[in-house]
Amino acid sequence: MHIAEITLDINGEARSVTVRNADTLLYVIRDKLGLTGAKPGCLNGDCGACTIDVDGNPMKACLMLAVEAEGATITTVEGLKYTSLQAQFVDKFAFQCGYCTPGFIMNAQALINKNPHATDMVITEWLESNICRCTGYKEIEEAVKTALAVARTALQEQLK
Amino acid sequence: MIPYDFAYHRISTAEEAVKLHQSLREQGRRPYYYAGGTELITLGRLSEVYADAVIDIKGIAECQTLQLEHNQLFMGAALPLAKIQESRFFPLLGQTISEIADQTARNKITLGGNLCGHIYYREAVLPLLIADSEAVIEGKSGRRRAPLNSIFDGRPQLEEGELLVQLITQSDYLELPYYTVKKRRQWDIGYPLITVAALKKDGKIRLAISGVCPFPFRSERLEEILNNHRHSPETRIEQAVQLLPQPISGDVEGSPEYRIFVLKNTLLDALQALEGEAHAHS
Amino acid sequence: MTIGKSIYRKEALEKVTGTAKYTDDYTSPSMLHAKLVVSTHAHAIIKAIDTSEALKAPGVRAIVTGQPDFPLTGEEIHDRPPIAYGKVRHHGEAVAIVVADTPHMAKKAAELVKVDYEPLPVVNSPTDAISASAPLVHEQLAKYEKIQHVYPEPNTNIADRVKIRKGHIEQGWQESEVTVEARFSFGPSDHAAMETRCATAEIRPDGHILISSSSQAPYMIKKLMSEYFKLDAGKIIVTTPLVGGGYGGKVPTQLEIIAYLASKAVGGRPVKVFNEREEDMITSPVHIGLEATVKLGCRRDGVLKAAKLVYLFDSGAYSDKGATITRAAAASCTGPYHIDNVWCDSLCVYTNHPYATAYRGFSHSEVLFAFERTMDMLAEKLGMDPLELREKNAILPGHTTPTQADLNASNVGNLPECIRKLKELMKWDEGRRMEVNGRKVIAKGIACIWKTSTIDTKASSGVILMYNPDGSLNLMSGLVEIGTGSKTVLAQILADKMKMDISQIYVRMEVDTQTMPEHWKTVASRGTYMAGRAVLQAADDLIRQLKDIASRILVCSPDELEVGFGKVYVRDDPTIYSKIPDIAYGHKYPNGNAIGGQIMAKGNYMFRHMTHLDRDTGAGKPGPEWTVGAQGIELEFDTRDFTYKLLKAYAVIDIGKVLNYKAALGQVIGAMSMGLGFAGRESFIFDEKGKVLNPQLRTYVTPRYGEHPDYIVEFVETPHIDAPYGARGIGEHGLLGMPAALANALSTAAGLHLNQLPLVPELIWKAKTGGTER
Repeated sequence: MHIAEITLDINGEARSVTVRNADTLLYVIRDKLGLTGAKPGCLNGDCGACTIDVDGNPMKACLMLAVEAEGATITTVEGLKYTSLQAQFVDKFAFQCGYCTPGFIMNAQALINKNPHATDMVITEWLESNICRCTGYKEIEEAVKTALAVARTALQEQLK
Repeated sequence: MIPYDFAYHRISTAEEAVKLHQSLREQGRRPYYYAGGTELITLGRLSEVYADAVIDIKGIAECQTLQLEHNQLFMGAALPLAKIQESRFFPLLGQTISEIADQTARNKITLGGNLCGHIYYREAVLPLLIADSEAVIEGKSGRRRAPLNSIFDGRPQLEEGELLVQLITQSDYLELPYYTVKKRRQWDIGYPLITVAALKKDGKIRLAISGVCPFPFRSERLEEILNNHRHSPETRIEQAVQLLPQPISGDVEGSPEYRIFVLKNTLLDALQALEGEAHAHS
Repeated sequence: MTIGKSIYRKEALEKVTGTAKYTDDYTSPSMLHAKLVVSTHAHAIIKAIDTSEALKAPGVRAIVTGQPDFPLTGEEIHDRPPIAYGKVRHHGEAVAIVVADTPHMAKKAAELVKVDYEPLPVVNSPTDAISASAPLVHEQLAKYEKIQHVYPEPNTNIADRVKIRKGHIEQGWQESEVTVEARFSFGPSDHAAMETRCATAEIRPDGHILISSSSQAPYMIKKLMSEYFKLDAGKIIVTTPLVGGGYGGKVPTQLEIIAYLASKAVGGRPVKVFNEREEDMITSPVHIGLEATVKLGCRRDGVLKAAKLVYLFDSGAYSDKGATITRAAAASCTGPYHIDNVWCDSLCVYTNHPYATAYRGFSHSEVLFAFERTMDMLAEKLGMDPLELREKNAILPGHTTPTQADLNASNVGNLPECIRKLKELMKWDEGRRMEVNGRKVIAKGIACIWKTSTIDTKASSGVILMYNPDGSLNLMSGLVEIGTGSKTVLAQILADKMKMDISQIYVRMEVDTQTMPEHWKTVASRGTYMAGRAVLQAADDLIRQLKDIASRILVCSPDELEVGFGKVYVRDDPTIYSKIPDIAYGHKYPNGNAIGGQIMAKGNYMFRHMTHLDRDTGAGKPGPEWTVGAQGIELEFDTRDFTYKLLKAYAVIDIGKVLNYKAALGQVIGAMSMGLGFAGRESFIFDEKGKVLNPQLRTYVTPRYGEHPDYIVEFVETPHIDAPYGARGIGEHGLLGMPAALANALSTAAGLHLNQLPLVPELIWKAKTGGTER
């Protein structure tokens, strides 16, 4: 009764997996599904390195039980199709060791999807959820703002 | 990683939750109402919180309510803080909430969880206390609706097995002039040294504080003194800090003496903001 | 060509798609998991450990506790048992390893291990440590094995004392018309790399030991494991995939030993040890603390005449790199100035704090905080502009360092130029303290920096190059990719040298000590210099081999040939050439005869002419070159609340030569951010019993997005002619001046002397008011 058989909708695939009820979603996606892009930086909801997308919102996978995630639509960094945000991270040198990168990208991608018109204040509010220890955040700021601008342009194109 | 195991129950009504809780207790189990669950996960991994049966209340529709109806704002206890913040129904609450943890975490932390949790700051309660909000509580003997101020003493004083279902705030409180601010040890992230939420109703300032003591509080005596216009704001504040509940917190965020210093300045800002302008946003 | 350009990192795509693999990302069903039981006391006798309940827990395969026959470990002094034995010396120290089938089983069982402690008095600061009545952290200090050049003082808590005696200090005071003296202090803090440390170990039936670790020093793991456990070095194979940040914290060998002991206890099965954040912060080594006394003397015109310095480094429970850090601090004890008379005692002391290891800057930001604060105090006393005082005393070619090493136009950068640029960038002449309104002021502060790298005089770096059939090259270096992008810079150097497209160079990111040549340790901003020289040598070897084969095909002497653009061609007539793909794997003549084979080349590099420091005077040449720079901070200070906001952070650094512009910029800005975190907020907070109260990222808060100032970085390029393209070390330098510059800016803003870290508003409030408020 402490074990559950669950099916997760993750990166467009239905994945069935046996979990402990007490297993976090982070543990299950990394150790059972092999999706190691989300990183175990603190297991305490403090660093954001494990951020994934759950139903359109960024979520710290270490703060969620796998059993809770049944029925939700989950996207991990492995599910992104080289978005312009990822390209901007490369171009702006927005990472060094790369450990925080998937979390930052998943958070910022959710912001871009949800609110391409995000103000500086909103960008800060969202991005302060993640820790980067290598950069001075300036590079991340440049990458995210450029990707937001790209998204806004794409939106305008659609409206034409 | 939580080292221990537990059973996991999803339920869809408050009655069901309370019943399940009761029957689990009768079996000698240790049930836990689980909404955002961030505390069970983070304190559980340190073995500071224990449960062997988790009752997930997120499926209870009324715990997810967020609507303004008959001049009352209904907020479900299982609403993520981010949703309340986004809704803009209650700007003071939204702004106080926006400083709790971080944006991503607020997609998970719930209103009820923040109020009833172990981490003592419980900052979401501050606006609710000063807005005379009510709590809807489901218990063994049915449902009750109680003024939050009457059941809040450091935390909501719930009976064993009672479930906080909703918070209700009268709409005439939602747009009152307010002031709220969170002061930290340094810069923009971290637990509070002091969080203050204040609003002005009928010409009087109401105010609740977290961080200064190891529990959040609203004190009517404190409000009386702060509203005593015969004295200068500075004098009122000096008098007010003499009446603070004890103990004053001293921890990694700051010493008790420094907290008082920060509190005085914060109170001064709150008084100036609310006694000056009609609408003051910190 | 590629030099100087912002070439994307070779592993960039892996990192943005989440496919980049780090140590913990590798796992297998056969792998067991270890969890540490850690000390709840800072100093206590272990009276008993009861593992009986834990052993009965489901999935538990073994429990290892400290044993008298486990070796003592440590790079300089063998003072640390891999698992505490007899007593614990710091909060968080490992006392037992529980090995189980899954991480949660191990964790659950670890909670069932009962340790009976008898608390001992605690050494809670360096001052405590050297007081006559201090309890001893190491009673057996005299008996420990050690390297030759470290001098522990038995029956004290002093692990090492390094002396600098340059000139005549008494004469210096006589020539001084103005003196200042001040004391400085800050406690230990943390590296807080986003990837917590992780290691796996497996012992094969044939005696091979396979270790994988998130390490900056895989070759040192191999060497030390062989030494500690009397193992054949050739049987130890260490692999290191990408590393999620190091900053010095992943230099020591620690979890690898634990993983090895754990594997041994379960018959050699693979075992993983993964630090949760709390362990990573206090069980694994930390950033060193310091107490310093600085006394400076100068003439009325500001010319420095004497410096007397006492540095007490808080190495915590074990010396690890503490002694080496203490030595590096002595070698650069003054800051980048010409001073004839220098007296310094730099001490590494034991306390009951978590033990310290290397941290980005290796003692320099720490010492510079004390020294550069004192320079500002001296300027104030002289009534002189602090930048002018520094310009006046700036170290130059022809001067000597505190260790009496000679400086020349190559081995030291151009500090006056850095100061001039900084002055301009910061609009220094417009003022250092400007009122914004009744409450807020804008203030500026500066600090000058220098650093050499006092690494092992016998450290070497090797590179192997191998052709692929299409003429592309594989580059293998033992340098670990910890985020600095050094391996991409190596590819740039190779591409430039071979005149080929960088996309045709494949850099092996994962290090494997069995098949890849050693790079001593990925530390000390030395990757590009050492491995870069090795690349250049290997490329020469490659070119020689290419020319040798081509000369036979083209029927000419090898020295008439050039290599480039995928060809070996006759210098005088490039229409006569061999394509590299036709010779890289040997060459086949039309009749079927063949010559040569796959071309492989090698190169290595070791510093020349470096020496140990003389025990009595400190004289010697500790490093190959000195990078210099000048940094500044501009902030807005609230004079009522004592809070502040960082507005701008400046750095002008003489980088010698920019090899990859954005990568270099990233190194400098990232280091500045780390320095501001260290200076502004990061510190372990200890209770009176030596317990760390904030071993989590929610209470130990690192800089966050939005708190960052605008970063303004410029480079000066004075080549160091020994280094590839003249490039100087740059990985650490952005950090070095930040604590001092921030403290100087805040001291100016608040109108007092702030000589402690971290610079939280409460510290300023205390300094200003005495800390009473009720």
